Amino acid sequence: MFRNVAELVELADSKQKKISTLMIEQEIEVTGKSREQIIHQMGVNLDVMEQAVEKGLQGVRSVSGLTGGDAVLLQNYIKSGNSLSGEMLLDAVSKAVATNEVNAAMGTICATPTAGSAGVVPGTLFALQNKLKPNREQKIEFLFTAGAFGFIVANNASISGAAGGCQAEVGSASGMAAAAIVEMAGGTPAQSAEAMAITLKNMLGLVCDPVAGLVEVPCVKRNAMGAANAMVAADMALAGITSRIPCDEVIDAMYKIGQTMPSALRETAQGGLAATPTGRELEAKIFGLPLNKK
Amino acid sequence: MKYRSVFDIIGPVMIGPSSSHTAGAARIGRVARHLFDREPKWAHISFYGSFAKTYKGHGTDVAIVGGLLDFDTFDERIKESLEIARKKKMKITFREEEAVPEHPNTAKITVGDDDGELELVGISIGGGKIEIVELNGFKLRLSGHNPAILVVHDDRFGAIANVSNILAKHQINIGQMEVSRKEKGKMALMTIEVDHNLEDQVINEITALPNITQVARIVD
Repeated sequence: MFRNVAELVELADSKQKKISTLMIEQEIEVTGKSREQIIHQMGVNLDVMEQAVEKGLQGVRSVSGLTGGDAVLLQNYIKSGNSLSGEMLLDAVSKAVATNEVNAAMGTICATPTAGSAGVVPGTLFALQNKLKPNREQKIEFLFTAGAFGFIVANNASISGAAGGCQAEVGSASGMAAAAIVEMAGGTPAQSAEAMAITLKNMLGLVCDPVAGLVEVPCVKRNAMGAANAMVAADMALAGITSRIPCDEVIDAMYKIGQTMPSALRETAQGGLAATPTGRELEAKIFGLPLNKK
Repeated sequence: MKYRSVFDIIGPVMIGPSSSHTAGAARIGRVARHLFDREPKWAHISFYGSFAKTYKGHGTDVAIVGGLLDFDTFDERIKESLEIARKKKMKITFREEEAVPEHPNTAKITVGDDDGELELVGISIGGGKIEIVELNGFKLRLSGHNPAILVVHDDRFGAIANVSNILAKHQINIGQMEVSRKEKGKMALMTIEVDHNLEDQVINEITALPNITQVARIVD
């Protein structure tokens, strides 16, 4: 059983196994389920993710009207051929947005690790389709690798916005995705850990300040940037760049930042963007309250 | 370790928008439903902390009632649960509590009908995972590290032995167990943490024992 990233990487190196394999083996040990059952269950989650992306790319709108339709705008922009960031990066961004727009519209999604951050892992995974041409088995492995890193964050820090701010939600999701991208692209377990560290470092301090308390603004766009962050960090790690601060220490720093964050900035819709004049106006409009009540 | 399975991280499959506020709330509601063992006629739901501040936007109210109707996190009927409950004439009240709870996402549910009532306090710890921290005034001291079941029973000799015999028969090891009762001979509670997930068959066998009122999984 691995408790932290250092142990996970050490285990992968000494046994010459992929992180996804170690995660599957641990799941067998902890739950007593068979390998087939576990892989099947992850396959179901993969299918849910794929359907959410497809649905989002057709264009959805949330009940509040705050979010929806941006994934379509991005896909059209990519097709125009004028994009600056590059097609694969924007494809990941648009698919992350698509998933989160479906989430905001009360559609069916797979929480990874949470619903508010459900876009990043599938967004990056499906964007790699054309370049790396993964088969179904490899896509499922991607989710196990992401899960292994998320498992460590959840047990050593937090994955909830209410407990640790958005750094714990979208930050964790982005780190998980970065690590999984590295493995799928043929990087080493140590490079996965570097990618996770680089990603999470750049999400530290991120507050959870949902406008009107809804998982919409700024959540959808944070999933977009989380996906981009993961792709860039994975490339950096694959290039041989390392994080000066080890991954486990970054996770610990994230945890401690979350502990010291005021509750107004942890999903209560009391501070940050939620407390801006426009944020308050939107809240009053959505819930039909007089503005001075808030 | 609070999270044991990779599917706590990659999962659950659920209706949006929030794993803590929607999926977690649905699960808390569903545990109340399972422990009550029938559809309640009425429910009083109190929200604390972040639940109290933002439950409307997250559909926490909708989800918790979905759970009371026995819907899973991915059941699309969750969206219409308030309407479904209304049609079934289930009376539901919500309260936003000012008290600051130990955990930011806390809900207290009291359900009942002509034959009885039940009260539980649940917390949603992130990613859809929940813990039940209080049942009918009994504080539950659960580590959250292992799968756990709650067994509500009549305080009679042999009740505890019978339950542990069934677990032994299925080669399930008990990691931690706590028994408590309101008063001698009245309602009592076993909180049992085990090392492996419990199959439905084990739960059914325990439920069928004499003097057992309700059995529910509270940590998967």
